[in-house]
Amino acid sequence: MLSVKGLRANVGDKEILRGLDFEVGPGEVHAIMGPNGSGKSTFAHVLSGREGYEVTAGSVTFEGKDLLALEPEERAQLGLFLAFQYPVELPGVNNTYFLKAALNSIRKARGEEELDAVSFLRLIKERLKILHLDDSLLKRAVNAGFSGGEKKRNEIFQMALLEPKLAILDETDSGLDIDALRVVADGVNALRSAERSMIVVTHYQRLLDYIQPDHVHVLSKGRIIRSGGKELALELEEKGYGWIDAEGQAA
Amino acid sequence: MTSTQAVDDIVRSEYEHGFATEIASDTLPPGLDEDVVRAISARKGEPEFMTEARLKAYRHWLTMTEPQWPAVHYPKIDFQAISYFSAPKRPEDAPKSLDEIDPLLIETYNKLGIPIEEQKALAGIAVDAVFDSVSVATTFRATLAEAGVIFCSISEALHDYPELVKQHIGSVVPHTDNYYAALNAAVFSDGTFVYIPKGVRCPMELSTYFRINARNTGQFERTLIVAEAGSYVSYLEGCTAPQRDENQLHAAVVELIAMEDAEIKYSTVQNWYPGDAQGKGGIYNFVTKRGDCRGARSKISWTQVETGSAITWKYPSCLLRGDDSVGEFYSVAVTKGRQQADTGTKMIHIGKNTSSTIVSKGISAGEGRQTYRGLVRIGQRAAGARNHTQCDSLLIGDRCTANTFPYIEVKHPSAKMEHEATTSKISDDQLFYCRSRGLTEEDAVSMIVNGFCKEVFNELPMEFAVEAQKLLSISLEGAVG
Repeated sequence: MLSVKGLRANVGDKEILRGLDFEVGPGEVHAIMGPNGSGKSTFAHVLSGREGYEVTAGSVTFEGKDLLALEPEERAQLGLFLAFQYPVELPGVNNTYFLKAALNSIRKARGEEELDAVSFLRLIKERLKILHLDDSLLKRAVNAGFSGGEKKRNEIFQMALLEPKLAILDETDSGLDIDALRVVADGVNALRSAERSMIVVTHYQRLLDYIQPDHVHVLSKGRIIRSGGKELALELEEKGYGWIDAEGQAA
Repeated sequence: MTSTQAVDDIVRSEYEHGFATEIASDTLPPGLDEDVVRAISARKGEPEFMTEARLKAYRHWLTMTEPQWPAVHYPKIDFQAISYFSAPKRPEDAPKSLDEIDPLLIETYNKLGIPIEEQKALAGIAVDAVFDSVSVATTFRATLAEAGVIFCSISEALHDYPELVKQHIGSVVPHTDNYYAALNAAVFSDGTFVYIPKGVRCPMELSTYFRINARNTGQFERTLIVAEAGSYVSYLEGCTAPQRDENQLHAAVVELIAMEDAEIKYSTVQNWYPGDAQGKGGIYNFVTKRGDCRGARSKISWTQVETGSAITWKYPSCLLRGDDSVGEFYSVAVTKGRQQADTGTKMIHIGKNTSSTIVSKGISAGEGRQTYRGLVRIGQRAAGARNHTQCDSLLIGDRCTANTFPYIEVKHPSAKMEHEATTSKISDDQLFYCRSRGLTEEDAVSMIVNGFCKEVFNELPMEFAVEAQKLLSISLEGAVG
């Protein structure tokens, strides 16, 4: 469903992604690991269409479409979702209102009927239950004054509601204590299905104890230098990123 | 023949035909002198006191100069080039159908969901069929009369209730107040008069929209609202739809009087023509609005949503004279393109335990220039006075300007003053966040802006609030990017 070929991208004059190849099939969960500055977040941002990145070579196909030619909202409407590393605050914008507008905008783009307030509230209640969240966050402004844990939980809640085909979790574990991490990971696991693929971008192996990936990739200097099963993450944890880099250089 | 004679001739020749029939052909040539002032008053068949008051105001106006302190720029106005009495166009001169109207205007009407018949009326098309709002208005009048509420044009009030008008007009905004107030007092064209008797709660929201004769009140509108002891009224002014208007200068005066335990809620949505892309041809809106909380425990609340006009200069204010009286000012002002606005409020605390709240939200986009100017004055006798001011500016893009000038004068040691001010920008992060959730950039901007204005919209009557939100979204279309 997602196919990345020879992707190169710059930020300013600096090349961050240097020929990245990557395939995700339906229902698969891929973890992308790598040291700071390896290009993990850049990759997530390029996929979601954030401005400030210049793609110089390569292609990204998602659901048979040229993803790079689409606006961020069109990507979302197609079924792409980015859970932000630093969710953005929208003061004064009610969370429920925001979610309803987002969901209906996506439904509309897909030619589905927009949900009215009653069916939307029913849906929201049902999703809250799956994620074991209480409804207090619905009445607040989007992320405004949320704790770090609440912000990340809100991201997963949005994901539960928007039902993406491909979710990119950008360092979802950063800034979370172990309890908050477990709540977020439980949420993500509840949303795993045969129709939903995920890319879990993380620095630490810790998150992968809770969200078990099908595949693990190691990103270094803008390229995937090693791919394997979930045991690769454990090996990395034990030996550190230096091990791969050294090995990469030796090869 | 001198111009004075010409005016006299016009006055005489047409006045013979009586007040009702003269309207269609009635326009004074440009220029302003005492004869023009007399002519306006005569034309409207006003009582002697009004003519005298107009002349007094005119003579005072001659001694004044245009204010230079607002942070707005415009070419000097030639007051002799303006016609001070222009009656509605003859039906045969008016556009015949919507096909003759600027398609952009029609597009906006459609976006606002305004029915075709109302579109025609707004665009100034001669409509001979009786459309809905007329019959609605008639029903409303009956209900109001039953409650004893007077709701009519100032001209009618001068005929039917001269004593009431004489007692109150100019008592809140005297003609000596400022340059434009003096001009208005001399030449006001028409306006609205509202009188709520003692203890009466006005049975409905009063809106100029429902006043059949409200159209073409002209550029010098005069509004007077009197709420007797223990009464309540909510008044809605303006319309979200951009109204066609040929007059560039608008200098209105609004006076509110609240007696003991009375409450007046005054809401405005203003969306006059802001001019073309270069800012040409837009309306100058120089307004004096003031409320007098004359009685103890009275309350006056101003809520305004200002998205139109090329230049806005207005400071709806409250004189808190009665003990325990309350003044409120909630404002959303949008400047985009080349619009300029210098707006804010004055809260003058005179009575004991008076309190005031100011919430001002300024949004500036394009090359818009916006200034908040507010005065909070706590007088020597105003023991226990309280004020809370919150003044937020939101910038869209990097070519707009926002200024804040809060003036605070405290002459009583017991006063409690709070002032908060913020300036923020819609960040790229916020836009990207919304877009990554499937919202278009325009939806995202409108959502963020509406969130920013929420506290003010909450103060508007329900229907108005919905319209105001829609209006804001339409106003800011294409403001980003």
